Amino acid sequence: MEEKEALAVEMRNITIKFPGVLANDNVNLTLKKGEIHALLGENGAGKSTLMNCLAGINRPNAGEIWVDGQLQSFSSPKDAIKSGIGMVHQHFMLVPTQTVTENILLGLDNVGFFMNMRKYEQEIRELADQYSLHVDPEAYIWQLSVGEQQRVEILKMLYRGANILIMDEPTAVLAPQEIEGLMDTLRAMTERGKSIIFISHKLNEVKSIADRVTVLRKGKLTAEGLPMDDMDRKKLAELMVGRTVLFTVFKEENEPGDVVLDVQGVSALNKRGVPALRELSLQVRAGEILGIAGVSGNGQSELAEVITGLRECTGSITVNGEQMANAHPLKAIERGVAHIPEDRNKVGSSPNLSITENTIIKDYKEDPIGEGWQINFLKAAERASGLKDKYDILAPNVETMARKLSGGNLQKVILAREITTQPKLMIAVQPTRGLDIGAIESIQNLLLEQRKNGTAILLISEELDELVSLSDRLSVIHEGKIMGTIEDVENANIEEIGLMMTGEKVS
Amino acid sequence: MRLEIEKRVDDLPWWAPAALSVGAVVLAFVVGGIIFKLIGGEPIRVFGFFIRNTFGSWPAFSDTLVKATPLIFTGLACTVAFKMKMWNIGAEGQLFMGAWFASFVVLFPLVSPETSRWIVIPLMMIFGMVGGGIYGFIPGWLKARYNVNEIITTLMLNYVAFEWVNYWIFDQWSDAGFQMSPTFAKNAWLPRLTDYARQFRAFSGITLHLGVIIALIAVVIVWWLLSKSQWGFEVKLIGDNPDAARYSGVHIKRNIILVLMVSGALAGLAGMIEVTGVVHRLQQQISPGYGFTGIIVAWLAKLNPVAVILVSILFGALIIASREIQPAGISQMLQGLILFFIISSEVFTRYKVKLVRNSAAVVGAD
Repeated sequence: MEEKEALAVEMRNITIKFPGVLANDNVNLTLKKGEIHALLGENGAGKSTLMNCLAGINRPNAGEIWVDGQLQSFSSPKDAIKSGIGMVHQHFMLVPTQTVTENILLGLDNVGFFMNMRKYEQEIRELADQYSLHVDPEAYIWQLSVGEQQRVEILKMLYRGANILIMDEPTAVLAPQEIEGLMDTLRAMTERGKSIIFISHKLNEVKSIADRVTVLRKGKLTAEGLPMDDMDRKKLAELMVGRTVLFTVFKEENEPGDVVLDVQGVSALNKRGVPALRELSLQVRAGEILGIAGVSGNGQSELAEVITGLRECTGSITVNGEQMANAHPLKAIERGVAHIPEDRNKVGSSPNLSITENTIIKDYKEDPIGEGWQINFLKAAERASGLKDKYDILAPNVETMARKLSGGNLQKVILAREITTQPKLMIAVQPTRGLDIGAIESIQNLLLEQRKNGTAILLISEELDELVSLSDRLSVIHEGKIMGTIEDVENANIEEIGLMMTGEKVS
Repeated sequence: MRLEIEKRVDDLPWWAPAALSVGAVVLAFVVGGIIFKLIGGEPIRVFGFFIRNTFGSWPAFSDTLVKATPLIFTGLACTVAFKMKMWNIGAEGQLFMGAWFASFVVLFPLVSPETSRWIVIPLMMIFGMVGGGIYGFIPGWLKARYNVNEIITTLMLNYVAFEWVNYWIFDQWSDAGFQMSPTFAKNAWLPRLTDYARQFRAFSGITLHLGVIIALIAVVIVWWLLSKSQWGFEVKLIGDNPDAARYSGVHIKRNIILVLMVSGALAGLAGMIEVTGVVHRLQQQISPGYGFTGIIVAWLAKLNPVAVILVSILFGALIIASREIQPAGISQMLQGLILFFIISSEVFTRYKVKLVRNSAAVVGAD
């Protein structure tokens, strides 16, 4: 019993079945008071399922949950919150047109019909200061950045008296500086006796923040509460993937060919009407990867959009000598420009269409898929099955709807589609964001294969490691301008890149 | 023991949507029957009467089909537009404009009473489709060019169409001061079975007209368009994710206009069929709200063109019932109950209802 005192949560022999899947198979997890415990695993390994069960969203088919030494049986998230368990989801659940305070109070029982907003705002301000969660209680949610919205979600849980916080992939949506801020907050919370379960698949972060780690693979435990001090990246990756993972991709020597993409003096506004690109120029050659590094929101998305015809601009953009600026998106597609968009759910795919249908959205008029005015769905399905095997897309069949695919598998569908067009130029925006190690590896290798085939690739990413290991040349973008280009990427000075990312010219 | 509702993760079997729709209709009649009983009626007799007068004999079934025909067209019109999430609430107005344009052919007149029926009828069909199409073009163009909400424009244009038809039947084309046009010459009448009563005695008094065949052809064409054609794929893609459609190079604005024109043309055809197949003149009473009922038909048919036929026949029967059963509100109550149960049944497509014992054991039941 004494030992149990120190445990905030103990989950014993949890088994969760979904139709056809054993999402969790006899899983144990212990959370000590005041610790940060990492829950690691690839997409679909059962991390979220296990945590949803602790947060009262799912019920386990078997197993026990002990919280603060008491056996619990949650039938709703409300029960879980009563026992001090709060979950911050990957997708925020906030009302954009309400203020921070209103969002935090929403759903609380003890708030009366008439509300003394001043009093609540003061309370929330004090709570925020304690944990250095800087956010204005009077601000409206739509005014806040993603990082600030996440702070509101955390505040929401703290205000409800949560002692145990479950963070579901909290860094997936954050910029590098915001990640630092979040880490500080998490440390501040454990100092005040809160316990945190940190779900992630980013090894570096987990390594730096967590005290202990539990690893899941395909619903089964591969490590149970091991101290982080005994771990290194390689070990963690092996536990997660079940095989040795190479962190360096093999890049062959490749002599770049002619200039394919030539961007000269391009300016454009973003969707709020603010200048996002300012007289930007760059060139990409055949068989070359030009990496674009930068803090998110410095014009990267807009750069991809002007090249693919999705955004208006001034200046000149040519692909193999042909002017593309302000052309219809169809022209870019017809001239062999492939585009892996930043948002694979909202732009790159159509959620209620099948895998087959998603693979033909760009060439449904072309032979052999298009036949006169018809679409040959038989041939489309055949081709999709081929792609499914070739790119190792995990899905029951090609009739599966896109929204049922995990991020990595959806990204593979998009890549498969784009590569099938045998592009001359590929614009890849954050192609590996939010994916697990296995998927990242295969997608990076697919990009390198394209480079070998002579495709010019513009790789826009926020992962510096990825850019350095894949790019032949690396340009840094800041406020819509190229701050500098590094020709010798292998010997690049990371600090120098960091400075350029913050807007300092380096000669 | 208690009931628990949870989100579905697995797919429904292919027959489930149809089963749910049929179940909802049956349930609506059961509940309707209980209400009759409570107010002192005799549900069995009422339903017996209802069945006899709608499906009980060839002439009765023919009447039902005559009412179902315009519903098939307006149901298809809404299906096409809704597939792209263009909420066309203006099928009623498009129907009236189709009827007016078709009538224009014989009332202006573009043809003489001696012109062959084989020229007049196709010409009227084309005019009906063009009329409805133009009437769909207006909200389509406003949406594509200025992003004006199509729900508002299509709804408001209904009233414009009523008054436009009113002006012509009250003034220009008035039949001796009555609020209707003169009866069309016989060459503008769709052939009816009763016209052939001299050859086939059984056809005597059966009002079923050629329109029902045209409606079935329209179903096949719309089915092909939506599920086989490249344009149908564009419509589906835009409806599901306009951003992905734009990214794939689909012309969105062009398709917004086009889809509303096709939708309008189908509704316009309903108007043409009514004036040439049933009333043989242009008047206000050509539609008891076929355009609005088309919205419900499309929805209950889950935007499936083939299912539109069955739902239209059911609603055609309910229109007949409202004429045959007093008070007429009974049929409206049944319509309301059907809609209520169908919409409620959607819960089962998204959620699973389970019986849970108080222990953790779960008894699965879909």
